[in-house]
Amino acid sequence: MENPMDPKMKTVDFDFYYGSAQALKGVNLDIRENRITALIGPSGCGKSTLLRSLNRMNDIIPSARVRGQVLLDGQDIYAPSTDVVRLRKRVGMVFQQPNPFPKSIFENVAYGPRVLGLNHSLEDTVERSLRAAALWDEVKDDLGRSALALSGGQQQRLCIARMLAIEPEVILMDEPCSALDPISTQQIEDLMVALKERYTIAIVTHNMQQAARVSDWTGFLLLGELIEYGRTSEIFSRPQDERTEAYVMGRFG
Amino acid sequence: MRMASPRVTQRIAWSLTWASAGVVVLALGVIVGYVVIKGAGAIDWEFLSTSPKGGLSGEGGVLSAIVGTVYIVALTVAIAAPLGIGAGIYLVEYARESWFTRLVRSGVEVLAGVPSIIFGLFGFALFVVALKLSFSILSGALALACLVLPTIIRTTEEALRAVPQSYREASMACGATKFQTIRKIALPAALPGILTAIILAVGRSVEETAVLYVTMGGSAAMPRSFLSGGRTLALHTYFLAMETRAMGKALGTALLLIVLIMLINGLIRFVSRRYMARMYGGR
Repeated sequence: MENPMDPKMKTVDFDFYYGSAQALKGVNLDIRENRITALIGPSGCGKSTLLRSLNRMNDIIPSARVRGQVLLDGQDIYAPSTDVVRLRKRVGMVFQQPNPFPKSIFENVAYGPRVLGLNHSLEDTVERSLRAAALWDEVKDDLGRSALALSGGQQQRLCIARMLAIEPEVILMDEPCSALDPISTQQIEDLMVALKERYTIAIVTHNMQQAARVSDWTGFLLLGELIEYGRTSEIFSRPQDERTEAYVMGRFG
Repeated sequence: MRMASPRVTQRIAWSLTWASAGVVVLALGVIVGYVVIKGAGAIDWEFLSTSPKGGLSGEGGVLSAIVGTVYIVALTVAIAAPLGIGAGIYLVEYARESWFTRLVRSGVEVLAGVPSIIFGLFGFALFVVALKLSFSILSGALALACLVLPTIIRTTEEALRAVPQSYREASMACGATKFQTIRKIALPAALPGILTAIILAVGRSVEETAVLYVTMGGSAAMPRSFLSGGRTLALHTYFLAMETRAMGKALGTALLLIVLIMLINGLIRFVSRRYMARMYGGR
């Protein structure tokens, strides 16, 4: 059930800096459970930075600094007591470029469970994850094949399977279709809609049609600020802010 | 002035590059051919199975030098590889840019350009004299380890930097720790490059003479332990050629050296190709 008072994730007055450059300014975003939230905006608006702040992927960048809070089930993930490994197990991520490891299909999907020490019934986990990512039928005959021998679309679904194998609660997708052809894009979009029954999804996309097709909620960012946030149907049909309107009408970006 | 036609310039460029390649192949052919023709006659079972008599006679075979080479190479790699690979991992995976990493990096650069005899004199002063290890295989291997360390560090660094950052991100996003990411993703992907670093170190250990001349001594006797003195094939070649003037045997030893290096390169290339095929191939 949707409870607008209690989103799965929430950013509170969230600021993000790369060195002295401020990339996000006071962002207050809700990510609702079992819904797809799309983040849209022109290049450099901070949408990827925002997404990567939700599983602390930006920790890798030496000069990164944050202020404000990001809540997951009400807990601040930037609190000093946070176990980042545990956070990333709960908040999985799929990247812009399909990035399977140079290992077999099986080993790719088994990687997360292995590093997390969830070794029991690994074969079941791999099969379940590949089925959930709609890839099982294409690869079941030879799971020992190198993942790099798959097509781009298959690789991206493999990356989704790899992420599902760690049984996350939230799925972050950073322009997951930008490197894919239209048919593969269609498959990934269908997959997202199927996955939201069980997962909470946030997606960054450059493609406004995609945001309109798959998402329930949309946030529009510009120059590091969340300009407008609302139901996707509202954002695309009756935007409140003229900058949102200009962007969704394709007048810039 | 009239420019030559594109057809003519093409021909000239082709001829010049072909000639350069030809000269290289020719030089290599002449050197190897000379060593084979002059040296092959010296090699027989007795040459391989007896140790040099020592002194200035030039008599005897090369057995203790083969054993000395194996000891030196094994010990040098055993000392230098863990240190060099560890330092390379630190520089790429852990260190944030700071005065310390810049210092380490420029130190590595400088060391890579230092003539080998200086490593020899340093090894002599520190290991042979100060640490009282005397002229020994251990002193030689320690000095040689200092010499090959920069190469191993730099090659490991390059190999790790060539591993796409996206692999590391994917691993972290799966909940892996930094150490798991290095051990299970970055190092395996960089392994062919790291093997190259080790090949280079092995090659350098096999061919080096100056460092070993002043740290290992050059005893012709069969080494009994790492604390014995000894000589490698390269050092033995030098002694034969310059001190005893037994040129036939020197070239025979040189031929063994060439064969040994080709075998080592072939073996490691074979291993790394099989590994690459497993990682990136159809299966």
